[in-house]
Amino acid sequence: MKRNQFGHSPLPYLLIAPQLLIILIFFVWPAVQSVRLSFFLEDPWGLSRSFVGFDNYTSVLSNSQYHSTALFTLFFSAVVTVLALGVALLLAVKADGIIRGAKTYRVLLIWAYAVAPAVAGMIGLFLANQHIGPLFPLFNLLWDFDNKTDSADATFWLTLVCVWKQVSVNFVYFLAGLQGIPRSVREAAALDCQSGFRRFWTVTFPLLAPTGFFLMVINITYAFFDTFPIIDTLTRGRPGGSTFTLVYKVYKDGFLGADLGGSSAQSVILMVVVMLLTIVQFRFIERKIHY
Amino acid sequence: MKRGVIIDHAILILGVLFLITPLWMAFASSTYTAQEIARDGMRFVLGDNFIGTWGDLLTGAGSMFTESEGKTGEVTAVSGLLMLKNSLILGLGFAIGKIAISMLAAYAIVYFRFPAGPFFFWIIFSSLLLPLEVRIIPSYEIVAGLGLVNSYTGLILPLIASATATFFFRQFYKQIPEEMIEAARLDNAGPIRFFIDILFPLSKTMIAAIFIIMFVVGWNQYLWPILMTTDKEFNTLLMGIKNIIYIMDDGKTPAYNQAFALAVLSVIPPVLIVVLFQSWFVKGLTESDK
Repeated sequence: MKRNQFGHSPLPYLLIAPQLLIILIFFVWPAVQSVRLSFFLEDPWGLSRSFVGFDNYTSVLSNSQYHSTALFTLFFSAVVTVLALGVALLLAVKADGIIRGAKTYRVLLIWAYAVAPAVAGMIGLFLANQHIGPLFPLFNLLWDFDNKTDSADATFWLTLVCVWKQVSVNFVYFLAGLQGIPRSVREAAALDCQSGFRRFWTVTFPLLAPTGFFLMVINITYAFFDTFPIIDTLTRGRPGGSTFTLVYKVYKDGFLGADLGGSSAQSVILMVVVMLLTIVQFRFIERKIHY
Repeated sequence: MKRGVIIDHAILILGVLFLITPLWMAFASSTYTAQEIARDGMRFVLGDNFIGTWGDLLTGAGSMFTESEGKTGEVTAVSGLLMLKNSLILGLGFAIGKIAISMLAAYAIVYFRFPAGPFFFWIIFSSLLLPLEVRIIPSYEIVAGLGLVNSYTGLILPLIASATATFFFRQFYKQIPEEMIEAARLDNAGPIRFFIDILFPLSKTMIAAIFIIMFVVGWNQYLWPILMTTDKEFNTLLMGIKNIIYIMDDGKTPAYNQAFALAVLSVIPPVLIVVLFQSWFVKGLTESDK
């Protein structure tokens, strides 16, 4: 807040009104509705609703399909996060250390940020298509790859496409983080330590840890929510619902399956997840600012 | 030492190839006819049907789906140009809308003393906790209730609230020296004058940085346009992608060449913006701390 401000007038209310109205109408109100609907059971024709208390929650939480979806989401998010961070970190360290062609590499590694997840999903679908995809025969040289019927293969391919889409974002942050390390620190490290590998683990990596933690939250959020278009174009949960994430299941059950109460209960559970992630993220940013 | 440098280059080149190959193959495959792709698969080298494929896609002349399947019915009438226009409207409206209302909100929060300020700030913050996916059905019902399904307003307006952009501008305004407002006071400039003549010009770089991020995010909106528009007139490029997937699920074979051209077309504008305005893009991404 500024010490020196404009005085009391209706103007600030007018200035903030558009933002506030949109949030209240299109964010808060629907969220309140989701919470409310999660306590009701709607008959399949949408004619009547009856209050059922926490029944929707207990039935969601005791549903074995929901358990396997939750497990899949955790596993998938962990793998996507680790791989997308690992690949990006490796590339950022190399791009930061190199002298010739550094700018060219940078452009060639960040452009994919702008690719829509849905496009990545569709190209991924065709690349592994058994009729026209070059990767289908390639993978089949190595093992019996069939992403249409084998859930492990479908998961493998979905994960790879999701990692592909996220590497650029992580690369941008890591590179910015690396370039933020003071020159003096780098030079001192270079004098003290001959081995580039050891120098990385003892000097660079700890200094990069704040960026890494921040990115971890960003990547988990990505894997939970922003992979929706990739799943919707690449697998749509197939084979047999084995590649549903929790977010995709909300959509599937609510919009396509018309189970409003159950879907709303799932939404509310997800809201709690987002809240936790956001709190962690903000805690972390605050700390970063203080130090 | 020398060997180390070569390995570094090799790793970077592998990374670049990992990112570029899929898109290159999509582009190369778009320069063949649908039949050639269906027969021989995706390609690495360019063919000679570039004008044929892209002409059909942009004008909507050729069907998006090969007719050899023997299935009839309306398969596509949407021209690539129409989808391009809609994506552009969505991207621009999304970015400009977010920037406009976020600048105003941040201005109110930083430069005015009003009792409800902190409370409003928390409401704006709360929108971060509510991604579209968790409030999707009620959101749809509200837009439908307001009669905004199949309109640009319904497509864009509900999306332009932005806690991220508001925080971004709030952070920036806070760094602007106090002397600015004192000087404005001495000159008898009111809050509106101050915003237009001083704050806005100072914010230009920030606006450019956030514009690039928001344009890309807006252009790439997927679920919202699919839900809020049913009329073909509002199809964006990504809805075209969805339609291809949708009709493939019906067991039809898409005109692969056009599908690839559509994928490449929907990627060109946002990628160009990111590449051309790279430094602003990096600034916007890392400083908004999404």
